[in-house]
Amino acid sequence: MFKIMQYSFFDLMRSRWSYSYFGFFFLFTSALLWLSGDIAKVVISLLNVILILCPLIATMFGVMYYYNSREFTELLLAQPVKRIAIFWGQFLGLGFSLSLSLLLGIGIPFLAYGLLASMEIWHFSILLFNGVVLSFIFAGLSFLIALRYENRIRGFGLAILVWLFFAVLYDGFFLLLVMHFREYPLEKVALAATLLNPIDLSRILVLLQLDVSALMGYTGAVLQRFFGSGLGSILTLTSLVVWTTLPLLAIRWVAERKDF
Amino acid sequence: MITIQNLHKSFGRNQVLQGIDLTLQRQGAITAVLGPNGSGKTTLIKCLLGMVIPNEGQICFAGKPVAKQWEYRAQIDYLPQIARFPENLRVREIIRLLQQIRGPHTRDQELIALFGLSPYLDKPLGSLSGGTKQKVNLTLAFMYDSPIVILDEPTAGLDPVALIHLKDLLAREKARGKMILVTTHIMSLVEELADEIVFLLEGHIYFRGTIAELKEQCNEEDFERAIAGILTRPAQPIAAPEQVGPKPDKASLPFIPQPTTH
Repeated sequence: MFKIMQYSFFDLMRSRWSYSYFGFFFLFTSALLWLSGDIAKVVISLLNVILILCPLIATMFGVMYYYNSREFTELLLAQPVKRIAIFWGQFLGLGFSLSLSLLLGIGIPFLAYGLLASMEIWHFSILLFNGVVLSFIFAGLSFLIALRYENRIRGFGLAILVWLFFAVLYDGFFLLLVMHFREYPLEKVALAATLLNPIDLSRILVLLQLDVSALMGYTGAVLQRFFGSGLGSILTLTSLVVWTTLPLLAIRWVAERKDF
Repeated sequence: MITIQNLHKSFGRNQVLQGIDLTLQRQGAITAVLGPNGSGKTTLIKCLLGMVIPNEGQICFAGKPVAKQWEYRAQIDYLPQIARFPENLRVREIIRLLQQIRGPHTRDQELIALFGLSPYLDKPLGSLSGGTKQKVNLTLAFMYDSPIVILDEPTAGLDPVALIHLKDLLAREKARGKMILVTTHIMSLVEELADEIVFLLEGHIYFRGTIAELKEQCNEEDFERAIAGILTRPAQPIAAPEQVGPKPDKASLPFIPQPTTH
């Protein structure tokens, strides 16, 4: 698995897409830093970009990478290796290459601007950590969808729909639910609903650390009231770990039953 | 060495393999798996390699069932039908990857020289032509000295010189006692190299035997015409001891070859 991961990583790191992804974050972060001049504000600005863009790019990369390497995967499947080693290896290679583009794209401008001398290093680390976790979760989900659906158009469409659902539609449905049942106590429902969306979880994890309640929204406020920042952070972190693990297990389940 | 019993595979409503029984044990022989498009050749090969999971039936390798096993594949060299590799890796790296998966003892240098791949070793695989990719594919397939070689359309995209090299290579491997299984649409290659033919049609084995036997049964001097004869006048699937197919309506089958005993 490690070897396959290593080669998938090198293959992806040399692709134009990885350079573009790195380039975007590098330019965007540099522009924000030098225009605003306040590291704390830039961390919050970047939060929303990371919450939307990391899952989207990971989704697109995941589907594209699986379909592009389909024939090569067949060659690997004919080798004396376990099936799951191939797919987990490719998935991890994908996750790490996305993470490296993100870390370098955002990290270099921050370091150049003087992050180490500022008080924001913890918040900055939390932000990057969330970007990495979201990349892995959505790369896993899209890899799973591509593995499940041979038809590329259907696979691509469904993967984008999953991203759209979690990034945009989920909050809308959630608001409708809250409005419709506003007569009832909804705290626990809201809490459960938050745990079911990795993007919301990430947002809350960062905001709990940043302690900017104005940006937290309804679910974040509920979470903080229920658990306080410490326990809330542990709960969200655990949920994110579960979200990262689930696609891996599902990839295993599908891969072991699939015909290639 | 390889025993296939009552193999069934369907993809949705499409029944691709319908009860294949086949035993392959001849060392130093080339068996050509022939049949029209969609007859189940690739599916059969992929079942052997564990890439396609059969609905019914069993495949045994050296007496042991292969279901959910992977170690046995170290005994098989495989050339897939389509040569597509990670675009940004170099030829040298893909060879090294295979070596890291299967072990360092390979004869890659000999094959690189044979197919003239030296100038391409440091080029990204995405920049290679179809024929050159097929040469890389062949190098990867023959790199290990496994006792069984399975080739799915090995001639695709090869130039005449590379094709001659491939034929020589196959003849050498055969002489070294390997069991070679090949699917192809190039009948001249089959006529030149194959010791035995397995003809698949609609998921059944319709013929198994030598080229001479096929010509004799079809009453044709020309091999290609004999093959066309099976296609245009479908025969009853053969009923050799290890191969039992369904029994179609004899009235609709004017051509019924005699059972063979291979």
